Amino acid sequence: MNMNSNNTRVENPKRGASHLLGVFSRKPWIWAFLAAGATYLATLVVVSTSAGAGSLLYAALTFASFSIIVGVGQMFVVTLGPGNVDLSIPATMTLAATLSLKFMASDPTMIVPGLLIAIGVGLACGLFNFALIMLLRIPPIIATLSASFLFQSLAIWSNRGLRIKPPASLADFATGGTFGLPNAAWVALLVSVLAWCVLEKTIAGRWISASGQNTRAARLGGVPVNAVRFGVYVGCAVLAGLAGFVLASFSGGANLNMGTEYMLMSIAVVVIGGSSIAGGNSNVPGIWGAALFMFLIVSMLNSYGLGAGVRLMLTGLIIVSVVVLASKRGRKV
Amino acid sequence: MNRDHLRILLPVLSLGILLAAVFYMQPRAMSYFGLNLLFNLAVPVALATIAQMMILMVNDIDLSIGTFVSFCACVTATFVQTDPLIGYGILFAAILVYAGMGAIIYARGLPAIVVTLGMSFFWSGMAVLVLPSPGGSAPDWLRTLMTAKTPFLPVAIIAPIVIAVVMHYFIKRSSLGVLLRGVGGNEQAIERSGWSVMGLKAFAYGVAALFCVLSGMALVGLATSADANIALRYTLLSIAGVILGGGEFTGGRVSPIGAVIGALTLTLAASFLSFLHLSPDWQIGAQGAILIIVLAVRLVFTRREALI
Repeated sequence: MNMNSNNTRVENPKRGASHLLGVFSRKPWIWAFLAAGATYLATLVVVSTSAGAGSLLYAALTFASFSIIVGVGQMFVVTLGPGNVDLSIPATMTLAATLSLKFMASDPTMIVPGLLIAIGVGLACGLFNFALIMLLRIPPIIATLSASFLFQSLAIWSNRGLRIKPPASLADFATGGTFGLPNAAWVALLVSVLAWCVLEKTIAGRWISASGQNTRAARLGGVPVNAVRFGVYVGCAVLAGLAGFVLASFSGGANLNMGTEYMLMSIAVVVIGGSSIAGGNSNVPGIWGAALFMFLIVSMLNSYGLGAGVRLMLTGLIIVSVVVLASKRGRKV
Repeated sequence: MNRDHLRILLPVLSLGILLAAVFYMQPRAMSYFGLNLLFNLAVPVALATIAQMMILMVNDIDLSIGTFVSFCACVTATFVQTDPLIGYGILFAAILVYAGMGAIIYARGLPAIVVTLGMSFFWSGMAVLVLPSPGGSAPDWLRTLMTAKTPFLPVAIIAPIVIAVVMHYFIKRSSLGVLLRGVGGNEQAIERSGWSVMGLKAFAYGVAALFCVLSGMALVGLATSADANIALRYTLLSIAGVILGGGEFTGGRVSPIGAVIGALTLTLAASFLSFLHLSPDWQIGAQGAILIIVLAVRLVFTRREALI
């Protein structure tokens, strides 16, 4: 059976505007990049120097990469279908960052064990989430929400407001760049390429999409639905742990509300990026466009010198408008 | 006993057990004044939970309730207090915006979770514009209402009961309530039988907004001032309250009485933990644990329900 039939389309001999429109409608992630590009240009009206343009793009890539790492994890969870959202991402990030930085204690020889600790914490958080969802049959939103309260308490308890600096070499890596791209963006790129390969090229990726499109049909068709869920929730938490590690190294230490904005951000980048919130249909490139867009909006409104209130208001209105514009015309019946 | 009775049994039991534990540890709480203190802050939470219930009932979820209640509280503490006419005008316009949002979400088939996330930015921006720094003051009548010394039972007990009973009759007994639950249960069936699903969704969102407005006003009445972040916790509290009260995310299966009890349970859990002299580090975690325990017990109930 050719499960790839969605992606292999018959070459259309006609060219022109209607063809272009067809390509656009088949590639929902293009809208996110268009929006990001438009925002970038709108910011350049104010930041007119070419040095400003370059550094703005560099900053956008740096900050977007954290959203991308958690966004990829959230994308897999959302793909599982309605009601699947991981709300414990911020708490997992904070807990992983706190514990790993505490363990490393600014000692540069401990970087690799520290990274392993962050990933291990992510693994443990993911297992806990999955246990709540699977064994106790708690709806994922509530399960991850209550779990996040526990993770948060653990982080508060272990950290006690102390701010431990990351090892100097790790901090240099996280804030530095290679080949003109920030290192954080390279990490995000690696994560995205891996995620794309898993989603598009492996049987596991097909299983994830199939479970999201119709869980019952997938189960009857022999897809190990529970194993798929297990992998997705644990994978999402591991990515959250990784993002927490990189973010804490980048910003010179973990603090208790470092993850707060990523709850909203992780969901927003998935949906603005063109993945279906109803599940079963996801794409990785859109997450990049959406993450850049989310950062660029804030910097655009900042560079216009607007007050905090107006800035927040416009951010909200722009997000809603993009979602309205990117939606398919009318409703599916 | 039918399914609905079983569904409401667990929230009632968990509230009862928690209340008994609080009374056991602190017998002085078993008084007019004690009960008022315990449940004081439950009134705005219960109103916000009902708002969330209206949205969950039509198969959507609202992640902007916390910021919207904060916005309403800011308007109440400023405009409603100084220029009542403008203040009520703003609140009424906000309700219309909410209803419009419901209509757009339906008409364009948008994911409610994302639209409301976006709107949460909008409302917090508006709240900051209305009240840039914490302050304002409560209208006198609101302060009097929320702190009234009613005979026998304090306001903190009477108000949730009134809310629960009124909403029970509206959602469970009226024909409009049946239609609204029908939108959650089977949207197409409602549409094919000639009702406007868009109108019903807009109505559900409008009612939700009305309860958010009431929640913000009640909050200002209790706290006597407002700030732009005053109710941010309400988004998560309201979802947890509806689910604790036996509601579900899909299918229009909600219980107004359960939702109010869920809100009371969550408020009481916070007091219970402070009576335990728990280290503040673990307060949030223990709230999560209580939620998990109640839902785990519910598993046993639903298994039985399936057998009956």
